Amino acid sequence: MIEVDGLVKRYGAKTAVNNLSFTVKPGIVTGFLGPNGSGKSTTMRLILGLDAPSSGTAMVNGRRYADHRAPLAEVGALLEARSVHTGRSAYNHLLALAQTHGIPSSRVTQVLELVGLQEVARKRAGKFSLGMGQRLGIAAALLGDPATVMLDEPVNGLDPEGILWVRHLLRSLAAEGRTVFVSSHLMSEMALTADHLIVIGRGELIADTSVQDFIDGASRNLVRVRSPRMAELAQLLATTGGVVTTVEGGVDVAGLSAAQIGDAAAANGIAVHELTPLQASLEEAFMDMTRDSVEFHAVDADAPTAGVTS
Amino acid sequence: MTTTTAQRQSVVPNARLTGVGILRSEWTKTRSLRSTVWSFIAAVVLLVGVSALISFATADNWKTMDPGERAGFDATSTSIAGGFLAQLAIGVLGVLLISGEYSTGMIRSTMSAVPRRLPALWGKVVVFTVVTFITMLVSTLLAFAIGQQLLKSTGASVGFGDPQVMRALVGAALYLTVVGLLGMGLGALLRHSAGAISTLVGILLVLPIINAFLPADLQRTIRKFLPGEAGQQVLMVVPNPDALSPWAGFGVFVGYAALVMVVAAFLLKRRDV
Ligand SMILES: Nc1ncnc2c1ncn2[C@@H]1O[C@H](COP(=O)(O)OP(=O)(O)OP(=O)(O)O)[C@@H](O)[C@H]1O
Ligand SMILES: [Mg+2]
Repeated sequence: MIEVDGLVKRYGAKTAVNNLSFTVKPGIVTGFLGPNGSGKSTTMRLILGLDAPSSGTAMVNGRRYADHRAPLAEVGALLEARSVHTGRSAYNHLLALAQTHGIPSSRVTQVLELVGLQEVARKRAGKFSLGMGQRLGIAAALLGDPATVMLDEPVNGLDPEGILWVRHLLRSLAAEGRTVFVSSHLMSEMALTADHLIVIGRGELIADTSVQDFIDGASRNLVRVRSPRMAELAQLLATTGGVVTTVEGGVDVAGLSAAQIGDAAAANGIAVHELTPLQASLEEAFMDMTRDSVEFHAVDADAPTAGVTS
Repeated sequence: MTTTTAQRQSVVPNARLTGVGILRSEWTKTRSLRSTVWSFIAAVVLLVGVSALISFATADNWKTMDPGERAGFDATSTSIAGGFLAQLAIGVLGVLLISGEYSTGMIRSTMSAVPRRLPALWGKVVVFTVVTFITMLVSTLLAFAIGQQLLKSTGASVGFGDPQVMRALVGAALYLTVVGLLGMGLGALLRHSAGAISTLVGILLVLPIINAFLPADLQRTIRKFLPGEAGQQVLMVVPNPDALSPWAGFGVFVGYAALVMVVAAFLLKRRDV
């Protein structure tokens, strides 16, 4: 369980996290979403006490992280920035962390196998690829068999097999009753992995919702309809409670389900050539939600750039 | 809620963050870096090898030395003179043991495992102190034994049993250890390898040079209290009337190192990692 209350973090004039409050519950996977620079990594560092909050509190399993007797058994974290000495082997890196808590070396071997690094355990971590480094970070997070697992963009740099593996890992950790908090930019990835979402923008909370509610809210509930007797059918649907908009080759109907439209057409003997429920993609919904709080907009490739004339 | 999650049984039920655990962890960290091991080897080679060279050269020059020079000759400190270079290896090692964690990001792992932070710093200090003192003491004794053999022909050589000699040899190992701790403190304070190494070299080697430009009286007073000058009195056998006594000088040096360490510890507790 992670409880964040009124958390604020300023770096000089920059407010990275602004009055953030939320709770991450055990037994489910909670996704942490937001555009670049929205404060996800900062929030996670605040939870671990690596950075001190300007105000507010972050509690894990009922206490501040530093106040636990076995911190690594409470929270296992994968941070965004590399956190391994490049000159040390993966095995010795994990062993040194384990020893602080009296965790036996057999557990080190166990987590190395779990993340698939047993073959390269004696190699220097500085030689690892991005994905291998990520796996080592996940191994470190799991070392203390923690009640809460907090991962900052764990799939970053992983191959498709690795991404699938992380997805299964997160789900099984949650199924074991752990609190699983994982940040990502990819709404589609979160839709597959997470049960609950916390969305932030510019350091502020935008949404705290179940994934199901997010998806339901995101779909525009439009139905694309085509028919050889389009005008007649459009008229009929408008009188049955639909809101009809003409589009290229057909109409989009809001306010009626595909089933209702099909039934209405059949009852009046009108043939229907297309009946397609339209859903906004999750990425679109995510971008709609965070549009106002995106800091770093890319310039549209074909939009004229200020100061440049062609 | 109607579902009940069975209490999860931890794979590592006895996990506890302890002081002993932190010491073991810091020992693992120290021995598992090639750069650390090589720095120790470099310090030992410099201390024993360079000392032997200097002792050999001194014996060779003995005939050309005038009586005044011979009277002020310190056979003990000459036979361990390689310590002058070994101190740089040890000092740089002290810096890197901490600044290397910052440059690689390891510090975030360390501070996640030991979120109260200071126990991790003390763990490093203890492990480094013990390892450095033991290796430097053994190297110093070895350098002394070799050096005195080489100086035999001068008739001025001394033995382990001569007055002040053991104090000077143990003092040399203590001095080198505190140089390393000063490096560690600077590494923790500045968090950048290059900056901390430059500062350490500045303190030990550049301050005496700057001081040499001051007026004579002032120069003599300040010189006594320069960190290197004060600290090195503990490895002299022939007393220098212008310097502090061996233990007073060493005390001053420890004071400087302790001051740096305390400020570093205070900031470590407060700064973002
Ligand atoms: N140590 C720091 N000093 C100054 N500014 C910082 C620091 N850490 C973060 N910031 C700023 O705080 C803001 C939030 O950064 P953060 O890394 O938490 O975002 P994020 O949501 O993790 O972004 P991304 O998706 O790109 O990883 C950014 O504007 C960043 O520049
Ligand atoms: Mg981030």
